[in-house]
Amino acid sequence: MSEPLVIVGNGMAAARLVDELAKTALGRYAVAVIGDEPRLAYNRVLLSSVLAGETGSHEIELRPQDWWRDRGVTVRYGYRATEIDVGRRELKIAGEESMEYSKLVLATGSNALRLNVPGNDLAGVHTFRDTRDVDLLLTLAAAKKRVVVVGGGLLGLEAAYGLAKAGAPVTLVHLMDRLMERQLDGPAAELLKTLVERKGINILLNASTTRILGDGHVEAVELADGSRLEADAVIFAAGIRPNVTLAQEAGLAVNRGIVVNDVMQTSSPDIFALGECAEHRGICYGLVEPAYEQGRVLARHLAGRPAAYQGSVVATNLKVSGVSVFSAGDFIGGDGSESLVLSDIRRGTYKKLVIADGRLTGAVLIGDTVDALWYLELIRAGEKIAAIRTDMMFGRSLALPPKAA
Amino acid sequence: MTAIDPTLRTTKTTCPYCGVGCGVLATPDGSGGAAIAGDPEHPANFGRLCSKGSALGETVGLEGRLLHPMIRCKGTLERVAWSDALDHVAHRMQHIVARDGADAVAFYLSGQLLTEDYYVANKLMKGFIGTANVDTNSRLCMASSVAGHRRAFGADTVPGCYEDLDQADLLVLVGSNAAWCHPILFQRMRRNKEERGARIIVIDPRRTDTASDIDLFLGVKPGTDTALFSGLFVHLADSGALDKDYIEKNTSGFDAALARARSIAGSVTATALATGLSEQDVATFFQMFRDTARTVTLYSQGVNQSAQGTDKVNAILNCHLATGRMGKLGASPFSLTGQPNAMGGREVGGLANQLAAHMMFSPPEVDRVRRFWKAPRIATHEGLKAVQMFEAINRGEIKALWVMGTNPAVSLPDADVVREAMKKLELFVVSENVLSNDTVDAGVHVLLPALAWGEKSGTVTNSERRISRQRSFLPAPGEARPDWWIMGEVAKRLGFGDGFNYKSAAEIFREHAALSAFENDGNRDFDIGALQDVSDDAYDALVPLQWPAREGQAPGDRFFAKGGFFTPDGKGRFIAPEVPALKSETTASRPLRLNTGRIRDQWHTMTRTGLSQRLGAHLPEPFVEIHPDDASKYGVTDDSFARVTTDYGQCILKVVVSDRAQRGTLFVPIHWSEMNTSHGRVGALVQSFNDPFSGQPESKATPVSIAPYEYVFRGFVLSRKQLALPAHLWWSRVTVSGGFGYLFADNADLSRWPAWLDPIAGEDFAEYRDFGGGVYRAASFVGDRIDTCLFVGPAHDAGDWEVVKSMFAADVVSDEQRRLLLSGKSTEGVASTGPVVCACFGVGRATICDTIAAGAKTAAEIGAKLKAGTNCGSCIPELKRLIAQTDVAAAKEANFAGAAS
Repeated sequence: MSEPLVIVGNGMAAARLVDELAKTALGRYAVAVIGDEPRLAYNRVLLSSVLAGETGSHEIELRPQDWWRDRGVTVRYGYRATEIDVGRRELKIAGEESMEYSKLVLATGSNALRLNVPGNDLAGVHTFRDTRDVDLLLTLAAAKKRVVVVGGGLLGLEAAYGLAKAGAPVTLVHLMDRLMERQLDGPAAELLKTLVERKGINILLNASTTRILGDGHVEAVELADGSRLEADAVIFAAGIRPNVTLAQEAGLAVNRGIVVNDVMQTSSPDIFALGECAEHRGICYGLVEPAYEQGRVLARHLAGRPAAYQGSVVATNLKVSGVSVFSAGDFIGGDGSESLVLSDIRRGTYKKLVIADGRLTGAVLIGDTVDALWYLELIRAGEKIAAIRTDMMFGRSLALPPKAA
Repeated sequence: MTAIDPTLRTTKTTCPYCGVGCGVLATPDGSGGAAIAGDPEHPANFGRLCSKGSALGETVGLEGRLLHPMIRCKGTLERVAWSDALDHVAHRMQHIVARDGADAVAFYLSGQLLTEDYYVANKLMKGFIGTANVDTNSRLCMASSVAGHRRAFGADTVPGCYEDLDQADLLVLVGSNAAWCHPILFQRMRRNKEERGARIIVIDPRRTDTASDIDLFLGVKPGTDTALFSGLFVHLADSGALDKDYIEKNTSGFDAALARARSIAGSVTATALATGLSEQDVATFFQMFRDTARTVTLYSQGVNQSAQGTDKVNAILNCHLATGRMGKLGASPFSLTGQPNAMGGREVGGLANQLAAHMMFSPPEVDRVRRFWKAPRIATHEGLKAVQMFEAINRGEIKALWVMGTNPAVSLPDADVVREAMKKLELFVVSENVLSNDTVDAGVHVLLPALAWGEKSGTVTNSERRISRQRSFLPAPGEARPDWWIMGEVAKRLGFGDGFNYKSAAEIFREHAALSAFENDGNRDFDIGALQDVSDDAYDALVPLQWPAREGQAPGDRFFAKGGFFTPDGKGRFIAPEVPALKSETTASRPLRLNTGRIRDQWHTMTRTGLSQRLGAHLPEPFVEIHPDDASKYGVTDDSFARVTTDYGQCILKVVVSDRAQRGTLFVPIHWSEMNTSHGRVGALVQSFNDPFSGQPESKATPVSIAPYEYVFRGFVLSRKQLALPAHLWWSRVTVSGGFGYLFADNADLSRWPAWLDPIAGEDFAEYRDFGGGVYRAASFVGDRIDTCLFVGPAHDAGDWEVVKSMFAADVVSDEQRRLLLSGKSTEGVASTGPVVCACFGVGRATICDTIAAGAKTAAEIGAKLKAGTNCGSCIPELKRLIAQTDVAAAKEANFAGAAS
C-alpha cells in the first residue's frame, strides 16, 4: 500500500517534484496535487509571452492530463487548502472532504504584493501573477487603455512589455534609481532601460507612488514629486511575498518563508516545503531554477536516498522584455574585487565579469548571453581563471579553443 | 611655366626615389591619383619597379600638402599672396647681403630637385648673389664618391654603365644594401648570377638581405674597407695580376700608392687582422678578384658616409686602375647614387665645392662661367659644405637660409644642434610639398609651395649618367609652382631679371646644355652640347640618353677604357690613402658603434613613402638591430624597447635581435622623424665628424650605448584621420589601409585612455575594460565601419595589430566580427552558434536551425537532441517559430523547384 503524499500547490515546483518522484520513488507514494488555480500546472515564466501574444494560453501547460494520470497522480485543481491538522495528518479543503497524508509538501508559491497606498483597492488596480491576471490585462490592452505598471523588477518589466506588445500605452514607474536593481548593476540597468524604451515603454525611475486617484475607478497615479500620470489601469508588480498562511496557521516555523532544512523539511517532520514559499538558510528564492534543484533533492529524500540541498548560486538567465539578461553571483563587485567590462550600446551588449582572488565570482550580461552558462559554471567551480582572463570576456570558443587533434 | 591639362592618357616619367632612375608609366585616374607601372622601354628597369616605385600611386594625394605661400606673423604661419612672399624673401635677402655680405646667405638643396631647378639655384647663388654657399643633401650621400672620382679621374665621372652589371663575371658590393636600396639594379645582378653564373661578393659589417644567397660575405669591421682594398692592391701586385700596360700608359702615382697599401695591409694575414675577417675569406676574395677580369665593384653609403670616405673610394679605384678594369664591358668601378637626381645636381655644380657643369674654382673656370652667365658677382672660392654650413648658421655667420625639398632637421648628423641652429636665422625660407615636417617646424619664416613628383617637369640623371625626363601627369595643386619659377621670381626682384627670364624648363635645360659644351673641346667629361638647341617639342619627347653627348660626335657610353682622364696630364691617379681609423673611439660608457641606413620600403624622412599603406606594412616601427651576444650582454631582448644613447642624443627604439648584426655594432634606420615617431629621430645621435676631402659625415660609426627601456603597456590606435596622442608616450605612426595606425608604448596609468578617446570617439562606441589586467580596448563606429579604435595592454598582449588592421580596412564589419572585435584576436575558426535562444542550456539559434534542418519537427524533438527548452521552457515559443520559418523556407524552395521543373 502506497503512502499518501499530498502536494499543496499546482505550479512549476509541484510539477517538477512529481517528475522527479516518478523517476526515483515510483509506486512508493500515492501522490495527490491540490491547487487553487482552475487549470493544470503551467509555465508561469511564459505568462508575459502569452500577454505579448507570442504564445497561446493553452500552449504553456507544463504537462498534459495523460502525463499526470500515467504517473498515478490525483490532480485536484480549483480547490483551496484551508488548514493543516498536523496532529491528524490531515489537510482541510474548502468545500471538500479533508485529505489524509503521510507526507505533506507545501509548494504554495507566492502572492503579488499590493503597495500600501491610498487607492490601492480602486477598480482597475491589478496584479500580474497568474493566467486570470493575463486574461484581464489582455482585455485592457485590446481596449488601448493607458496602463501604469508599478515596479521595475523582472515582473514589472514583463508586464509592461506584454501590455505594450498587446497594444496598450504603458508607463513603468520604479522606486529605485535603476531597473532590476537586485540583478543588475548600474550600466546594465541603464542599457536595459534603453533597450526597453526602444520598444515603446515609457520608464520613470526614482518614482515613488504615493497614491492612486479615482472615483471608484483608477484615473491617475500620483508620485512623490507631485506629478500625476493619467491612467485607466494600474498593475502592481512591485514584489512578491511567500505564501505562508497555511504553514503559519499550522504552527510551523516561518520567517519570511517556511523554514526548511537541507532536505526541505519544515519544523514538522512529515511536512516539507519547496519553491518560492520556502526559506532555506535564510533565503527565499523567487526563481524557478532553485525550485527545480529543491525538487530534485526532496524527491531523493522522499525516496530514502541521501540528498542535501546546499542552496543555489542564483542566476538570472532569461529574456526580459525580449532582451537577453543574465546575472549571477556578486555582479556588483565591491572592494577586493576587479571588474572586466565590455559594452557596445548599439549592439545592445553589456557584459561585466567580477573577479575576486583570481576567481570569477559574478557576472552580468545584457544582450549577448551566449556564454552565460559557461560563466555560471566558472562561478560555481570557483577555480582560478588566470589562464583565460585575457579572452574569457569574448567567450568560451575564443578562450578555450578546441585543441587540434 | 607650363599649365598642364591632365587627360587620362599614360605619361612616361621617372621614379623619384633612388639613383637607379627607373622609367615609370603613370596613368592619372581622374580623381587625383594615378595607376603606376614600370616603363618597359626604359633602359634602367625595362618595365620592372620595386616596392617603393610600385606604390607611387598611393603617395600623390593632397593630404598634408602645402598649397599656398605662408609667412610667419607673430609666431604663426599665415597664408599670403605669392607676390608678398617673393617680395619678402627678396627684400630680406637683399638686406642681409648688403649688411653682412653674400656669404651670410646659403641654399641647402636636395637630390630630389630636377636638374633645371638645381641649375637656377646654383646660377643665382654662385653667379649673381656671389657666394658658393650652395650645398645639398647629396653631401650626405655620395660626396666621397665625387671627391674620390675627382682625385683619380680629374672629374666626377662614373666610368661604367648598367649593362656592365649584366655582363660582369664578378660583382663586388661594398657598403651597399642594393637589395633594399637599389632593388631593380640588384635584380639585374641576380639575374646575371642565375643566367650567366656571375658570382657576387658582399662586403658589409651587416649581413643584409643583399648578402643572402651569394658567393662570399665579408663582414668587415666598421671603417676597414681601405685596409681590405689595400691588401687586395698588394695581392694584385704581388701575384702578377697587374695590367702593366694600362698602368704605364694611362696612370700616375702607382708606386707611392702601392707602398702605402703595403704599409696598411701588406699581406693576407695583415688584411685579416685589420678587417676582422678570417684569412681564408680574405684569400678567397683576393683570388676571386684577381682571377676575374670582368669585375664590377659597386659602392654606396657604407663607403661614402665616412670621415675617410674619399680614401675608401680611392682604395677601390686603385685596384681597378691597377688591373685596367676601367670603363670596359663588365669591368669597372661603379658608384651607386642614393638619390634620383644626385647626378643631375653634380652636373650643374650644385655642391659647394663645385662651380658649374663639372667646373671648379680655378681662375680660368671661374672666368669662363662668369662670361657665359654674364654674372655680375661670381663666387671665386668654394662655399661651405653641409655640416660646416649648419655650423656657420649656429655661429650666426650665415643669417639667411633657403632649404629646398629636403629635411635637414632629420637627416643631418647631430640633428638636434642643427634644429636649434635654424632657429637663430634671420631669414629661414623653405620650399616644400608638405605643410609640416621637422624642418618646417624648426621655425621657418617663409614657406613656399613647390610642385611635387607627378606635377613637376624637367630632367634627372641616374647612376649611369642617363638623363631621363620627369614629366607632369597631374595638375599643379593650389598655388604650388616649379622651384625654378620660384627662384626666378626672387632673382627678378633682386634685380637679376635678365639672367632669369625663363619661360620653361626646356629653356633652362638648353642653357645648361650650352654651358656644358661652352669652351669644352673635350676637356671636360660632362658635355651635353648635342642638346643645347633641342626644341621644346624635342625636349618634351626626349628619350633617356647617356652623357657625354657632345655636339657632332657619336655618344660614348663608357669612360677611361683607354685612359683619357680629365687630369691636366690626362692620366688616372693612384691615390695613397691614409691609414684607416675611425674618427671616434668607443669607450666603456659608449662601447658599441652605431650604424645607420635605409630600410626596404621607406624613402628618406617618409614624407612621401609614409603616405603608402603598403609600404608602411613592412617595418612599421623604428628599431635598433643588435647581435644576440650583445643583446644578452646589455640586457635587451627581441621586441622589447631600448634606449640608445650617444654623446649627441638619444632614441628609444624597438629591439630587433639578429645575428645579421655584427657584434659590437647597432643598426638604426634613418627614416623616422618627429612627424611620425616620438623617439626615433636617429640623426640626433650621429656624430658630425666628416671627410677632409668630401665633407661627408661619418654617419655609420658613432660610439653608442644601449640599455633596456621598460614600458608597462603596449598598444595601437587606428584612425581615419591623424591624431594627437597623449603626452609622454612612445609612438610611431604608419599609414594603413583606410587611415593611420599608431603603435605605442606607455608607462602612464590606463585611465588616461578613456579620457583621451572621449572627444575623438563618436556616439556609436564600444569598449572593453580590464584595468586590473592592464587592458583597455575601444572602438567607435560610423555606419558599419570602424572609425577609430584603440588597443592597450600589457607588453605582448595589446591585441593583434594585423587582425585589427584588416578589420579597420573593411568597409563593413559584420555583427559577429564586431562582437569579437575587442578581443583583438583572429576569430577565424571560432564557430559562432548565433544568438542564444535557450538561455538555460546556452543553445544558439544557428545550432537549433541546424537541428531543425536535420529533421527535428517539434520543440520536444529539439529538446531531446539539444536540451533546448527542457528546463524553464521559456524559449519554446521561439523554437516553434524557428520550426515554422524553416518549414516555410523549405516549402518555398520546394514550390520553386516544382515551378522550375
